[in-house]
Amino acid sequence: MFESLIGTRSTPVKNIVERGSLKAFSKSIGDESPLYLDELVGKRSRYGANIAPPTYPRVFDYGEIQGFDLPNVGLIHGKQSFHYKRPLLVGETVMCSTSLENYYERNGKSGLLGFLLLKRYGEEPGGKLIFTEEQVVIITEAVREGMSS
Amino acid sequence: MNIVEEFSVGTPLEITLPPVSRLDLIKYAGASGDFNPIHTIDEEATKAGLPGIIAHGMWTMGNLAKLFTPYYKEVFLEDYSVAFKGMVFLNDVLTLKASLVSIQNDRYYFDVAALNQKNEAVVKGSAVLKRF
Repeated sequence: MFESLIGTRSTPVKNIVERGSLKAFSKSIGDESPLYLDELVGKRSRYGANIAPPTYPRVFDYGEIQGFDLPNVGLIHGKQSFHYKRPLLVGETVMCSTSLENYYERNGKSGLLGFLLLKRYGEEPGGKLIFTEEQVVIITEAVREGMSS
Repeated sequence: MNIVEEFSVGTPLEITLPPVSRLDLIKYAGASGDFNPIHTIDEEATKAGLPGIIAHGMWTMGNLAKLFTPYYKEVFLEDYSVAFKGMVFLNDVLTLKASLVSIQNDRYYFDVAALNQKNEAVVKGSAVLKRF
């Protein structure tokens, strides 16, 4: 049902690694390192600034793949990976986009399951890659039926 | 800050978290922007066929990564991959583990996992720390 969208990428969206958002995020996962939160510690570190926890890109806006509409409920997050060229720095601008890499269906115990492989990109404004993310999202048969009715 | 010299095969990094609370998940929803109601509202979880609200997979993945935070003076997390194997419910007690598998040149390869109180892996994966 998503086959025609494979290979489609969203228009990159400008995001900023905001100090306040990063503080709330760090607290919510109990990872309150001074390297993330203390300005002076960041400045004196090898990074020259505070850095972000590795899963922080969860907060970014990656834009919309045109014609790709998923319900907010009933999806299963199967797998997630991050690949970093370097850590994200607090205050920096990150251009974020997403693409549908693949879609396939398999028979499971609870009926036909759909597997979406999504890739996400975080780049410097000049186009240099900072990180990529890959996620596998599983769509159950019940949800797929709801979408097509 | 800790030093990578402390890493050794057979001595996993390990933390046990306090029992998962609703407030943990409400905070994560707010901080991450993931407001899928199965993580915070009982009725919505029940409607989705779940026995109760479940933690965001990314909350567990985020927590698990903090095993490495004390080492970011000398290394950064280059690769971090997990599979979500099981659901995490309220009051579950998670133990986070990272075991060094090998060292190759400037990279440290770890297996990572989050185990619940029944010793079931709810998250399982791998991580690569790259030395500067």
